[in-house]
Amino acid sequence: MRTRLRKQSLLLSAAAVLVFPLASWAQLTPADINTRIVTASHIGNITGHAKDAKGDYRRYCVVCHGELGDGNGESFPWVDPKPRDFQLGVFKCRSTPTGTLPTDEDLFDTIARGLDRSNMPQWSTFTKQQRADLVAWVKHFSPRWANEKPGTPIQIPAEPEITAERIKAGRDVFARVQCWKCHGVLGQANGPSASTLTDDLGRPIAAFNFTEGARPKCGDTDRDIYRIFMTGLDGTPMPSYADNIKPDEAWDLVFYLRTLMSQHSIEKEMAKKLDLKPVDPNAPAGQQ
Amino acid sequence: MSMRKWSHRSLVSAFLPAVLILFFLILSASPSANAIPAFARKYGLRCSACHESWPMLNYFGQKFKDNGYQLMNDRDAPIWQNPGYWPITFRIIPIWHRVSTGKVLVDSAAGTDSAITRITSSGFDLSGLDFHTGGTLEKNFSFYVLPSSDATGAFHFETVMARLDNVFGSSWLNVKLGKFELDNLLSEKRILTLTGNGGVYQLYHFIPVGDGNIFGQMGDNQLGAEVMGHSYNDRTRYSAALLSSNDGTVGLPYGNAYTGFFTFSQAFDAGKTGVDRIGGYAMVGQAPTTWLTSGGPSSYIAGSGVGNKSFSREGFVGQFYFGQHVDLQVVTQHGEDNAWFGQGYGDVIDGVSSVNNTPGTVLPPGSRSPSWNGVLFEPHYIYSPQLIFIGRYETIRMSQQSTPGTPSNLGNISTYTIGYRYNPFMTSRAGFAWHNEYNWLHQDGTGPTLGLTSANINTSELLIGFDFDF
Repeated sequence: MRTRLRKQSLLLSAAAVLVFPLASWAQLTPADINTRIVTASHIGNITGHAKDAKGDYRRYCVVCHGELGDGNGESFPWVDPKPRDFQLGVFKCRSTPTGTLPTDEDLFDTIARGLDRSNMPQWSTFTKQQRADLVAWVKHFSPRWANEKPGTPIQIPAEPEITAERIKAGRDVFARVQCWKCHGVLGQANGPSASTLTDDLGRPIAAFNFTEGARPKCGDTDRDIYRIFMTGLDGTPMPSYADNIKPDEAWDLVFYLRTLMSQHSIEKEMAKKLDLKPVDPNAPAGQQ
Repeated sequence: MSMRKWSHRSLVSAFLPAVLILFFLILSASPSANAIPAFARKYGLRCSACHESWPMLNYFGQKFKDNGYQLMNDRDAPIWQNPGYWPITFRIIPIWHRVSTGKVLVDSAAGTDSAITRITSSGFDLSGLDFHTGGTLEKNFSFYVLPSSDATGAFHFETVMARLDNVFGSSWLNVKLGKFELDNLLSEKRILTLTGNGGVYQLYHFIPVGDGNIFGQMGDNQLGAEVMGHSYNDRTRYSAALLSSNDGTVGLPYGNAYTGFFTFSQAFDAGKTGVDRIGGYAMVGQAPTTWLTSGGPSSYIAGSGVGNKSFSREGFVGQFYFGQHVDLQVVTQHGEDNAWFGQGYGDVIDGVSSVNNTPGTVLPPGSRSPSWNGVLFEPHYIYSPQLIFIGRYETIRMSQQSTPGTPSNLGNISTYTIGYRYNPFMTSRAGFAWHNEYNWLHQDGTGPTLGLTSANINTSELLIGFDFDF
């Protein structure tokens, strides 16, 4: 028993020796970050400058995101979900494919929209220049922006007419790609995998509950919802379905998801008339 | 030199710098507090998110207030809070101040009230104690209750209101009922200055000399109902309030008269300089001048006021930002009271007026409606969210006296205030400011009369204090 314990402690020590330098490397210093203070952003004809956002960041953002942008501000222990670690350069709300950096416009829109079901409010009172400066400031925390270009935004085809057939087809997509495993058959975030979900940092994370009236984090227009499941939410278990769902099918899924939401919608009315049943997880493929 | 031989002055001059240095060192080293007051605790944001310098709101804080103390996300309803959370904050200000009032009538060897002198007093003091409690009862149902005391601990209700927010899902329709601050963009309740004369906006309380109308004080919280609306990002705002003409006094002590208060403003994205706002306001109302009596001509019956006469206050408001460090707040006012008020009729209940507009009473010949114009400029220099320098110049000039022949400048006011507030820490837990301020006020013709003309009065106040809330 004692030998086994000794072996375990040796292994732990070795692991610590290996992991500690990696952790130190991952944690950027103020000097590292300051080398990128010249970072700029471009939103339309507005150019944002990181150095001009220092005051606003300190006034509004530092309490959660921390002086070093690592998400370790003073409110870190109290808020859930935890504040974004800008040093990682990983963002949920993007118009770009999974694994790529978001565009400046993506970050610009996120600041104004806020993130529902989190402590990130809507900073819509800022001027466009302030927001552009803050985008540059957010970018300057991560070395990714120095080495990579943002991804190319995905193409979203024009929204088709909502029909009963499309809503039913959307339900089939919901079943086929197994959205229900996390979101539940009724969209109540109670699928069989829901309780096991963690983000990339190992923190528990909840699936989106379509029925409680909350806005999806990355926007609540039809195009936003389309974008969310076609780009995925990086850093979370929500993957990109760009390889599994065709663009036309994606619109079908958007229409079906609307039927699960508590807010009034045309889709919800149509589903009621159709007496549309929830997906049956046990039904054979293609036989919903 | 032994200690015993040190004079009082040399002791002070030797130790004062050291004490001040020590004091600032202590302030600089102050640790963050560990509990969160009211809204900051609820949302995990620092004071600076909503306050240009606490307690003055910035644009984001104004939007938060306009939304009914909601960030408009799913964390607004109290169901999201820890059940032990109690949305309460207290505020009190221990101070040292020196008040100097010129031209006070005093007794002397020549007889009663036979001399004029300046009286200066100084010492340690306290402000009153405020208990702020506010927030949401449910999503889109907000409230604010503020029991407030004077410095002796005598409490009254400064604010008591409930509000239906975003009625029909629209930010353009919010309905408030109770006792509340009028929708003044430059809020006196969030004023950054604390001295007796500098801690209020003279423009919001001006009453001409001899006037009996106390009901037009837009700085006082009023009883009534307000409809207010704003655009999604708060760039466009309006409000309309129907108020009882009682200056916020409970118990219907005056009569049946109402006042309307209306505001409109529009903000503009001015690029690198920030968001600038311009707007206007109008207060139009009536208040009683006639009172029933019982047991004698000066025993007025509360609530019996009739003979309503009119008054108005209107002006423009500007909030101009010049980058992240400098801003200028401007308010103008044109005010007018009915001639009856100008001749001293009005609030007899509180003794402001000593005359009653009983049937058959006529105004003195030539009586006119008193009117005036005023403006205030309040620039700020925000070195950082933790340090703000404040200045203010305010002036009010009578444009028409009620009684012909009255000196045209009687009652004119000019006042200057300068100061700074330093917050040694900035957290989401509590607020603390080291506050220094100086105010000087000049009023024409309201001093005691010895000889033919009334004297002008100059008063000044120096204040040093700790302004904190938790």
